[in-house]
Amino acid sequence: MYDVIIVGAGVIGTAVARELSKYQSKTALLEKNPEVCQGTTKANSAIVHGGYDALHGTLKGRLNRRGVELYPGLSKALNFPYQQCGSMVLAFNDEDEKKLEALMENGRKNGVEGMEILSGEDARKKEPALSKEITKALYAKNAGITCPFNMTYALLENAMENGVELFVNTEVDDIEHLTDGVRVKATKRVFEGKMLINCAGVYSDKIARMAGDEDYTITPNRGEYRILDRKVGDLVSHVIFQTPTPDGKGVLVAPTVHGNIIVGPTSESVDNPEDTRTTKEGIRKVDRSATKGVPGLPIKESIRIFSGIRASVEGSDFMIEPSKANKKIFHLVGIDSPGLASAPAIAEEVRKWVEETIPLKKKESFIEERRAIPHFEELTNKEKEEILKKNPHYKKIICRCEMITEGEIIEAIHRPGGATTLDGIKRRVRPGSGRCQGGFCGPRVLEILARELKLPMEEILKDGPHSKLLAGKLKGALQ
Amino acid sequence: MADVIVIGGGPAGLGAALEAKKTGAESVVILERDRELGGILNQCIHNGFGLHEFQEELTGPEYAQRFINQVKDEEIDVYLNTMVLDLTEDRKVTVLGDEGVQVIQGKSVVLAMGCRERTAGAIDLQGYRPAGVYNAGMAQRILNMEGYQVGREVVIYGSGDIGLIMARRMTLEGAKVKAVVEVMPHSSGLYRNIAQCLEDYDIPLLLRHQIQKVYGKDRIEGVTISQIDDQWRTVEGTEKIISCDTLLLSVGLIPENELSEKGNVPLDSGTKGAIVNSTMETGIPGIFSCGNVLHVHDIVDFVTKESRIAGRNAARFARNELPRGEEIPTRPGKGVTYTLPQKLMLEDPDGVTLFLRSDVIYKKARVKVKEGDRLVKEKRERLIVPSEMVQITLDPEELRELNGEIIVEIVGEKND
Repeated sequence: MYDVIIVGAGVIGTAVARELSKYQSKTALLEKNPEVCQGTTKANSAIVHGGYDALHGTLKGRLNRRGVELYPGLSKALNFPYQQCGSMVLAFNDEDEKKLEALMENGRKNGVEGMEILSGEDARKKEPALSKEITKALYAKNAGITCPFNMTYALLENAMENGVELFVNTEVDDIEHLTDGVRVKATKRVFEGKMLINCAGVYSDKIARMAGDEDYTITPNRGEYRILDRKVGDLVSHVIFQTPTPDGKGVLVAPTVHGNIIVGPTSESVDNPEDTRTTKEGIRKVDRSATKGVPGLPIKESIRIFSGIRASVEGSDFMIEPSKANKKIFHLVGIDSPGLASAPAIAEEVRKWVEETIPLKKKESFIEERRAIPHFEELTNKEKEEILKKNPHYKKIICRCEMITEGEIIEAIHRPGGATTLDGIKRRVRPGSGRCQGGFCGPRVLEILARELKLPMEEILKDGPHSKLLAGKLKGALQ
Repeated sequence: MADVIVIGGGPAGLGAALEAKKTGAESVVILERDRELGGILNQCIHNGFGLHEFQEELTGPEYAQRFINQVKDEEIDVYLNTMVLDLTEDRKVTVLGDEGVQVIQGKSVVLAMGCRERTAGAIDLQGYRPAGVYNAGMAQRILNMEGYQVGREVVIYGSGDIGLIMARRMTLEGAKVKAVVEVMPHSSGLYRNIAQCLEDYDIPLLLRHQIQKVYGKDRIEGVTISQIDDQWRTVEGTEKIISCDTLLLSVGLIPENELSEKGNVPLDSGTKGAIVNSTMETGIPGIFSCGNVLHVHDIVDFVTKESRIAGRNAARFARNELPRGEEIPTRPGKGVTYTLPQKLMLEDPDGVTLFLRSDVIYKKARVKVKEGDRLVKEKRERLIVPSEMVQITLDPEELRELNGEIIVEIVGEKND
């Protein structure tokens, strides 16, 4: 019997798993997809919000601020990218300026430090690409950017190193209440646990219903984005927001930790939580809105458009609470923005609650740190020499756009909870995320995956469970 | 240290290296990132290569092999599995290969890195982003070099040559190619490929059509297409869904000049390649460029021709024998999208061949090279299409007589 079963291995599920792995508890992490990080975590703005926007008095307000406090330490311990680059909310007129005042006031109440309202001129001094039309800007020093993929993999690897068991391709079909916990049926397997944590994102309402809680309804909300080439990546150095509207924080323009520019998102309710389509209208809206604040934005340097789904609920605050049907089940529902920024704090919150239910004892042998896969291009000359001596696979560049070596790809496969899919490799070490979008490196990465996993090439998936890439061997092809 | 460093071992690099050696360069080095020489020719197993160069129809690998054999005979140093990490204006080339990281100083450098395919992301392809959407060249590599089929029911977006070739190739491997969808009113591939790859197999070419949406969350299940008008607006009522498990994109090629940019080589926004003079020298002295990294060609034989100019002059530069003198600019005029080289060196002992592309189709056309109002040279062509490069040659005497900006234009019956 497990102490804790976590359903869903996005950034929230893995953060909870890592937090619990500090204690002597037996934890199972269930994920319906072939890999972790395949839901909302794989498609969002990658922003660690400063904490001034989430309404004071709400869970979002409290957990966002606490999350921002935890990020520097966590990103250092687990060696994932995080930069406190600061953010600006732009005002174009009196009405907007009033909103900036209100935001700043709300931020103060939330305990956010390092905010100031800049004149348009001062804002442009800090961020020369901004429009001349800007009259004022709310600057927040502690807002930042991260890589939600590598953060999730870092949390997962460290959790697994500390004993958490991961089960992929494992979709929960049924939840039964036991006197001392729960029984979970998931893809032909049965798991029993003293507790269950529902971190199922856009499906958290579905999981809650299986547990007998009918009160939750996720309204999937789609956001469309655009990614620009690294060659124009230094155009902006802050996260740039429009003034918020009832629809949310609006379209942002931000640098990414990998040197690209991300633009988006839109906000549109959709019926199906899998509806990650992009639309002409949506992308047009993104472009229009983004170029209002940053008129010189080189849309022509776009390398990818995509969309993600927010796990939104009516009432808009996070819902983090025990099940009404079974106190040993805990639901995390409506974790939309600032979910990423709050993730470390949400994990703490869950751990506190687990502690109240089952005794948790600190693990003496807890390994606190995890090192990232070294990225060859970013190493110093001396480090390069050393790694080449140890591992000749680092001599071979597979991805020419992002300069990724075979060594990095092999390591991404063999890490705990390692990559098994083409996109899993892309999210971990980036081949395919550059300007050629895998045109050159795709076949090579496929080959490496098949070789390292000892699978036939035609079994390798792109991403989802039915996303086979090849239709079979050609007749007469060399074996 | 090397006299001439050639970056890229495809047709352009091979041609440049050989010509450099013939011109007297003592040490010539080819740096190739792949595991073998030949570049993209290795995956082009169809025939049609070499008609101009050898007066024979060869396959891509056969065409490449003729040059590879000569490279072996000429004692040219070849580094395989070697990626160039950096290039400086003073021609220091940093590489990563079997020997780890090394810096090689070149007396001259020839850029021959080729081009890459435009992607779904770059054309804002809407809908889902499932498995089964491939760049045509990537699919070509998977079939012809890895030996796997990528799908059974195929739609091809864009009528570039690789897309056309792949329409036939996929058909021969048992797939059903349902349509080639092209946004322009004319194909962007060679006429001979339309005939031999589409018409011979009854594959419809839908001109002035656009893919509106991609369906299928995990693997592609279909596309919506519709007709578009002159203003690129969807023609109401023409939308239809074509089911497919594969979408190949053949929507353009882009010279891959990220390395050139590291060396501060000035680029032309039209060709997306370096700005060169008639010796194929870029704006950085001693750095030359040729082949698809300079501008996208449709016929490899012309790449070879161009690469010889670059190789020859790179060797001359290395031996301090490159003639220097007055340069005059060239400019595309009416009916021309670009001309190359962008500068003519009047003292060029080899004369110059101007390369150009038309904006639309012209019948009974004349290509005119003009200096102000003076007609320097004229060439008649029965038919000019944007997908087929036009050449016009000025001999050394004609070059020497020039003294102002040269404008190249096409006049004829527009056919669109």
